[in-house]
Parts: sequence; C-alpha cells; structure tokens
Amino acid sequence: MNELINASLRDISRALTERRLSAVELATLFLERIERLNPTFNAFITVEPDKTLAQARAADARLASGNAGPLVGIPLAYKDIFCTKGMLTSCGSNMLSNFVAPYDAHVVEQLSNAGIVNLGKLNMDEFAMGSSTESSFFGPTKNPWDVTRVPGGSSGGSAAAVAARLAPVALGTDTGGSIRQPAAMCGLTGIKPTYGIVSRYGMVAYASSLDQGGPMAKSAADCALVLNGIAGFDQRDSTSLDRPAEDYTRALGYSIKGLRIGLPREFFADGMDDEVRFAIDEALNVYRSLGAELVQVDLPNSELSVPAYYVVAPAEASSNLSRFDGVRYGYRAPEYRDLGELYSRSRAQGFGAEVKRRIMVGTYVLSHGYYDAYYLKAQKLRRLIAEDFRNAFAHCDVIMGPTSPFVAFPIGAKTDDPVQMYLSDIYTVSTNLAGLPGLSIPCGFGAGNLPVGLQILGPWFDEARMLGIAHQYQQQTDWHLRMPGGVA
Amino acid sequence: MSLTISDVERVAKLARLELSASEGAATVTQLNGILAFVEQLQAVDTTGIEPMTHAVELVQRLRPDFVGETDHRAAFQAIAPETELGLYLVPKVIE
Repeated sequence: MNELINASLRDISRALTERRLSAVELATLFLERIERLNPTFNAFITVEPDKTLAQARAADARLASGNAGPLVGIPLAYKDIFCTKGMLTSCGSNMLSNFVAPYDAHVVEQLSNAGIVNLGKLNMDEFAMGSSTESSFFGPTKNPWDVTRVPGGSSGGSAAAVAARLAPVALGTDTGGSIRQPAAMCGLTGIKPTYGIVSRYGMVAYASSLDQGGPMAKSAADCALVLNGIAGFDQRDSTSLDRPAEDYTRALGYSIKGLRIGLPREFFADGMDDEVRFAIDEALNVYRSLGAELVQVDLPNSELSVPAYYVVAPAEASSNLSRFDGVRYGYRAPEYRDLGELYSRSRAQGFGAEVKRRIMVGTYVLSHGYYDAYYLKAQKLRRLIAEDFRNAFAHCDVIMGPTSPFVAFPIGAKTDDPVQMYLSDIYTVSTNLAGLPGLSIPCGFGAGNLPVGLQILGPWFDEARMLGIAHQYQQQTDWHLRMPGGVA
Repeated sequence: MSLTISDVERVAKLARLELSASEGAATVTQLNGILAFVEQLQAVDTTGIEPMTHAVELVQRLRPDFVGETDHRAAFQAIAPETELGLYLVPKVIE
C-alpha cells in the first residue's frame, strides 16, 4: 500500500479501474495517514471520514460498472475557501467558523460528478490574505520539510497536505501567488490557470479580478489531469470564459528542442537568495541540455507589481468583505447596543489582524479624494505590467525564474512587518495582475533541505504547453518525487 | 503624506470595524508603513494610460430572462444568526 502515497494519479487510476485497489481502500489509507500525521502539520481544518467513505463507495460502484473516467475514486482535498455543501467552509476565519455552506462551489460540483472523493478541507491564511498560513483562525500550518518553518501561503494547508502525502492532490487558489509560492516552499507542482478558466462560483472572494483556483499536486501530469476536471465555462461566474473545452494533458509529450525561454533581467537581479539562484540555474541547464534556448527579456515595471497589487487587492477585498455583517450568516458578536455596533463588533471580532488591515487599506484607497491617487494609478500600472508581458512574449515562448526569492522561512519571522511579508510575492503577483497562467515546479533544495521552486509563466491560455514543458523536466529529474523525512 | 489617529478612526468607521483604543496606535503605524510602500507608484508617469480594471477584458454577458433558481430561503436562513417568520432579525433601527 505504501508505494501508493507517491504514485501518480494515472497509476492510481489504473489500479482502481483494473480493480487491483478499491476506492474505499485508497480513501482509508489517506484517512489513516491524516489521523496519524495531521496533528503534526495542522494541514486540515475539517475531516469527515463518513462522508469521504460514502463517496468512495459510490466511486467503487462506478468503477465496477466498467466505464469510469480517470478521476473516479481519486481522493482530493479542498482549500477551505471552496464551498462544500453540508460541510464547514471557514476560509480560515473566525467570521466563517460556523459557516456550513448551503451549496457546492462549481469546481466541487464538477469534481464530484467526475467521481473525486473529498478527503476534507484544508487550512489557509485567513480569507487567503497571507504568504505563510500563519494568519489562520485555526492556527498555523507547519511545513512537512521542517515543522519550525511555514509552508508558504495562502494555500499552505493544501501544500502541506500533499507534501506530507496526506492527499494525492489538492485544490488551492492564487490571487497573488497563493498556489505557486506554497507549492515552491513544499516541493510541489502547482498551477494558476489563466484568469477566467476556472469558475469562481462558490469560491469565497478575496480580490475578484485576480482570484483563480487551481490544482496542487506532485507532478505536472497530475495537475493536468485535475485541471481537466475543474476548467470550463460556468454561467454563474460573470467572468468565466466561454471557450471550447481543452485537454490539458495533450502536450505532455512536448519537445523542448527550440523552446525559447525568456529570463527577465529584473527577476535575476539582486534579491534572490544564493541557494535559490543555484537551483534555478541548474534547472535552466537541464532545459538547455534538452535543446532550449535562453534569451534575456525585460519586464521593466515588475518592481512595481507588489505595490500595485497591494492597492488593487485590498480595494477589491474591502468591497468583497463588506458582505460579512453578522446578519445573514457567519459570526455575530454576542453584545451590541444597536445595528451599527452589531456590524462593527461582529466584524472586529470575526476578522483577524491582517484581514482588518487590508480592509482598511482598501477602504482608504477607495475613499473620496484618494481614489485617483491610489486605485486609478494602480490600475494604470496594471496595464503597463500586462503590456510588459505582451512585449516579452514577442521574444520568447515562456518565461522562467524563481517562484520565491527564498526557501520556507521560520514561523514568526515575518509576522510583525506586513510589508516584509508582502515582498514574498515579488515574483508571483505580476502574473495575477496580467491574468496570465503561471506554474511552479520543484527544482532542488537549498540549505536545511528545503525545496526551491522554478516558476514558468506563459502567454494567456498556454497551460497545456506549460504543463508539457514542466513534465519534460520531471522526466529528467526526480525532485518532484522526493518526500520529507518522517512521512513515508 | 501620513495618516493620523483620526484618519484611521474615520477609515475604520467607513469599513464598519470597531477599533479599540489599544489597537489604534499600532494600526496607524502599520497602515502608514503600507501606504509608504505603495507610494512608489507615484514615481511612474502614467499619462495617457488607460486603467486596466480586470484581468481579462470582457463584455458583460447577458442571459435569457427566465427563472433558473428555486427557493432556497429555508436552507439559507438555517445558518443565519437570528431569523423569524422568514426574516433576518437585527436591532430596531426606527423608533
């Protein structure tokens, strides 16, 4: 059974369809691992074994009928930002610590229909606002590679769960790097698709023009398979793109020969730790040996992507989070004298410090007299950042660089200084501002045996080829198959 | 430009967030730190640049006007803090 925890989804699916393994046996294996190991990592907020096993039994019935698709019986866990009907959906917040969702998110519905077995709900930075999973109401998640360090964030529970092999695959969301950065820090593969590919219906909103869901898994091939299950048009999301369905596994056999890899001068200037630079250079050498050509490109405004992001995202957050008022659902303060106090106390007690900070920054930049100076200015920068990418992709097929400037940092190291925490996202936020797809793959280890992630950015809608480019690297290397000590 | 405690109190009021006296000073420092950081944006000349409001520029989609949803009131109100006769209850606002 134990080789299953490191097996590819294809191999697991084959074992299930050939009836060498039942979905119930597989779900039980992971439920037992969660029970045994989760207290160490705090990756899961909610586990409901009875529901998981009921879904596994239903999957077995489909498998027995003989015409099951590739996701039937595959266990998966969801970041606690995706609404799951009848199950706690907390978003890592006291505000939603009693919120049992009355409906399923679109992606949950899609995956349930595809036969996925839900293992539970994963820890995260409160309302996805953070880069370390330390701001969760349910306590910090620990990095399986070193439990004194953060797993990255905000999808840190998703990353820790897959890294510790408590789930073969998980879903995360990425507003400014929240899939890619924790994937990098936990040694995983994670992809943020082009904005609009994955429906946001039932995904608790943080910054609606930037939020996008995606898979986090051991390999690019596994991500491709799950992306097939979650992508697609949904009329309930007004920004969902109505495009023909794609098979994201179709380019896994992509040849690297002649691939032009753009290296942005700005990403390779100062700021990246030496150990990260070393691993990235080694990964680029692998691509070169496969026939890729490295070209220099420029993203002149990339330095301004973090400040632009920290205007746009809080502005949208302040608007989105105004729905939490203690009236219709969620937390209500126990004592208040009037309606105004009901609102302001429920919100003050329901939200944590970082969420309140971003709401206030957002409220300020949208307030009378400051809108033009901050919000409008940031939106103009956003266009310049998107144009930079458009220009760069005229000279290269994909862009590569580090996902994070450093490996996983110690718990508590950046919690006192919000701006230092924000700078963790220096290489990832520009992708969200431009709406581009981005992925991170493990490419080695730095000091303390901590994983380093290589980031691959592509033009809009280029996911299939990017996954192929990542897969080719994973055919040559085995970083993605390494497991933290103590979890096997 | 730097926020004062009264600016922060005004923003907290607009955001409907109760701010305790002990939180006030720390909040002023942190918000000023964040605003100083985003101030970098002002250095760029953006004359004539059209603001980009969304990641993918879309025309608002229309759908045929028919009833697609059923009534979920009972399910939605089952998770509300306080309801009565199908209504959400809040403190009295009109005397």
